Amino acid sequence: MNFLTQALIYLAAAVICVPVAKRLGMGSVLGYLLAGMLIGPFVLGFIGKEGEDIMHFAEFGVVMMLFLIGLEVEPSHFWKMRKSIVGMGSIQLILTSLFIFFLLIILDLTWQVSLAVALAFAMSSTAIVLQTIKEKGLSRTISGQASFSVLLFQDIMVIPILAILPLLALNGLSESSHINSSLIGNLPGWLQGLSFFAAVAGIYLGGRYLFVPLMRIVAKTGLRELFTASSLLLVVAVAMLMQIIGLSPALGTFLAGVVLANSEYRHELESDLEPFKGLLLGLFFIGVGASINFELIGSKPLIIFGLVLGVMTIKFAVLFFTGRFFKVATDQNLLFAFALSQVGEFSFVLLSFSNQLTIIDREWMEIMMAVTAITMTITPLLLLVNERFIDPRFGLKETPDKRDADEIEEKHPVIIAGFGHFGSTVGRFLRANGVEATILDHDSDHVHLLRKMGFKVYYGDATRLDLLRSAGADDAKILIAAIDSPETNQELIATAQKYFPRLQIMARAKSRLDAYELIDMGLKDIYRESLHTSVKLAVDVLGKLGQRSYTATRQGQKFLQYDEEMVIQMAEHRHDVKQYVMKVRETFKLQEELLSKDLSYDSGESDHSWDSEIIRESLGKKIIDT
Amino acid sequence: MRNKILILFAHPRFELSVNNSMLVQQIPDIPEITFHDLYEKYPDFNIDIEYEKKLLSDHQIIIWQHPFYWYSAPPLLKQWIDLVLEFGWAYGPGGEALQGKIVFNSLTSGGQRSAYSKDGHNRFTVRDLLAPFDQTAVLCKMIYLPPFAVHGTHRISTEEKTQMVLQYRNILDRLVKGDFSIHEIKKFSYLNDWITNVTNLISAL
Repeated sequence: MNFLTQALIYLAAAVICVPVAKRLGMGSVLGYLLAGMLIGPFVLGFIGKEGEDIMHFAEFGVVMMLFLIGLEVEPSHFWKMRKSIVGMGSIQLILTSLFIFFLLIILDLTWQVSLAVALAFAMSSTAIVLQTIKEKGLSRTISGQASFSVLLFQDIMVIPILAILPLLALNGLSESSHINSSLIGNLPGWLQGLSFFAAVAGIYLGGRYLFVPLMRIVAKTGLRELFTASSLLLVVAVAMLMQIIGLSPALGTFLAGVVLANSEYRHELESDLEPFKGLLLGLFFIGVGASINFELIGSKPLIIFGLVLGVMTIKFAVLFFTGRFFKVATDQNLLFAFALSQVGEFSFVLLSFSNQLTIIDREWMEIMMAVTAITMTITPLLLLVNERFIDPRFGLKETPDKRDADEIEEKHPVIIAGFGHFGSTVGRFLRANGVEATILDHDSDHVHLLRKMGFKVYYGDATRLDLLRSAGADDAKILIAAIDSPETNQELIATAQKYFPRLQIMARAKSRLDAYELIDMGLKDIYRESLHTSVKLAVDVLGKLGQRSYTATRQGQKFLQYDEEMVIQMAEHRHDVKQYVMKVRETFKLQEELLSKDLSYDSGESDHSWDSEIIRESLGKKIIDT
Repeated sequence: MRNKILILFAHPRFELSVNNSMLVQQIPDIPEITFHDLYEKYPDFNIDIEYEKKLLSDHQIIIWQHPFYWYSAPPLLKQWIDLVLEFGWAYGPGGEALQGKIVFNSLTSGGQRSAYSKDGHNRFTVRDLLAPFDQTAVLCKMIYLPPFAVHGTHRISTEEKTQMVLQYRNILDRLVKGDFSIHEIKKFSYLNDWITNVTNLISAL
């Protein structure tokens, strides 16, 4: 079959099956799986055995997904999650393998086969779970976080498991069949450990000092596709580096994502890679669907479905226990346990590796792979049943938990598009008042300079829908359209109005004529530009976010006063860029400190009451009243 | 006929005041009572005079509710008095718009009630210190009632607070229903005393 025919089959299957599945309330994952089964060798027969090859290729989607997840995890948050990653992850992995091991021993398999399969079956599917969680908007819930922790731990543990498996081999295994064909595979242990740390350090330094400057150069060319190419290059390079030293590519790209989470290109990277990830994952699920061997299932239904039931029950029970142990509420715990109860894609890798090592024979491998594929197909159905029938009894609270909201992703209530003199004043004022905003700007030099001054600005064209989306426009409350060019600003506003009707838009207008245009667009909050209106806009943002308007106004007045003083001080430093940047940093910090001091002034003693006991007691002991 | 009450609320640091937020939260949410948050509406002191005059005309009973800063009200309430009570409308020749309306202060103060007496720390009673408001009302041909006051806001216990809030509710309730006698009220130095007296009488019956 030539390339075009193949592409036609896959794309058509996806385009037909996924919307149907979604309409039936089944989620996209199940749609892809069904599409795969449909075009696979046992139903329509459009594709034959190449389903598995497709799967290997499309596994790259999982790698990409972990990169994107890494981008949303701030390093400090990642550090905070270490306890649940190691704690929940290890409990789940050890207990699950143990129980499945005994189940298989009872079924009269040798202990080597049992152990190899148990380890493979302890894995859950990162692709299915994270895709489903994201689709249902559960990433920020406790169940979402727990799932993520366990999955990440499993991803990390694939490496040591791959190292252990050869020890189980019955006969003296020839080195040539070693799947772990890494460069360092034959090095002594301490050198391998060292190279692991070297790789992590390499990712960190490379991300910071190689990739970000490269993106800066790419940004100057203004070529959109070059951005996409560099983003893909990064992910591919990291995945390859990891493969060379024999580490999990998924883990590597996850780390690369975390390193770049703080960089100005975060949102650009997100929106560039998102479609590739989606397509590859879709392809991966189609591959899984196509690889289900219905003939085999037909000939050995009892053993296969028995294993499916046994394995899923064990996995569910262990997960539920783990959740309990970590004090996850019942409704969240059910979701968590159901979501991870399948066997994941790593099982395919581990099983075929075990087969190469002659631990497990071909027939059992195929049976186990069929079990894996069936559990993956069942998961979306189970989640559906849980959502409709089981969880409602426990009062499912799907709304994200406020306290945990910023652990995985940080989304701010305010987005500022355009960080020139207008936008930056707004941003400074808001920051001084404790309101964090997501800031976007299109000038890479400018972004670089602002970052040096201590602003967390992201590079990107805010008029692009996907970029707005990854900047959090779906959840944000207020969008401040402060781009310098009126045309671009109006383009941004039109996009935002069309796709994010809930978002309140506050716009900068350059002139009266510009204001007329904005009025025609139906905007209410229009600020004709100057220093004072930029502060006024920021004051109104505080009001919209719930601050008392008088307090916000006073803060605005003080901000203007400090700013007037500052500009006089800064004037003499402006010729020396280095000194200027330092001075700006210093002065802005001071300004923010002054403002937040003003805000907290006299907050200790309920209100601004001049006749409070404490004030008078400190004035002297001449108090008569009691 | 039921009376309509306009509460003109002035508190520059309302977000930090526990007592006032308790009082405000408990104001009955009924069409007869209009709660008007001056500092929220006019953070820049730019008072909309025509709008304020219309509000006054639409209500029979006006309450100035505020913390008792420096023996008086916060500046925005003074600004309101200066701007809204216009010559020829509220007082002076032809100034009869407010004639016969009832007005009083509802205030919170950190000092104890005993501090506000001839022998106390503050040397004057609250009633004495409110003389400018009293005379403002009289000049506008309004009926000025004794104040409702929550004293010792920093020491007051939760039960006492709940008690105060309940009293305020009762007062508003009676005023709306017209269930009061001005002559009777004027015998008391605080509205708190009047309402205590009235409820005691009822329970005695």
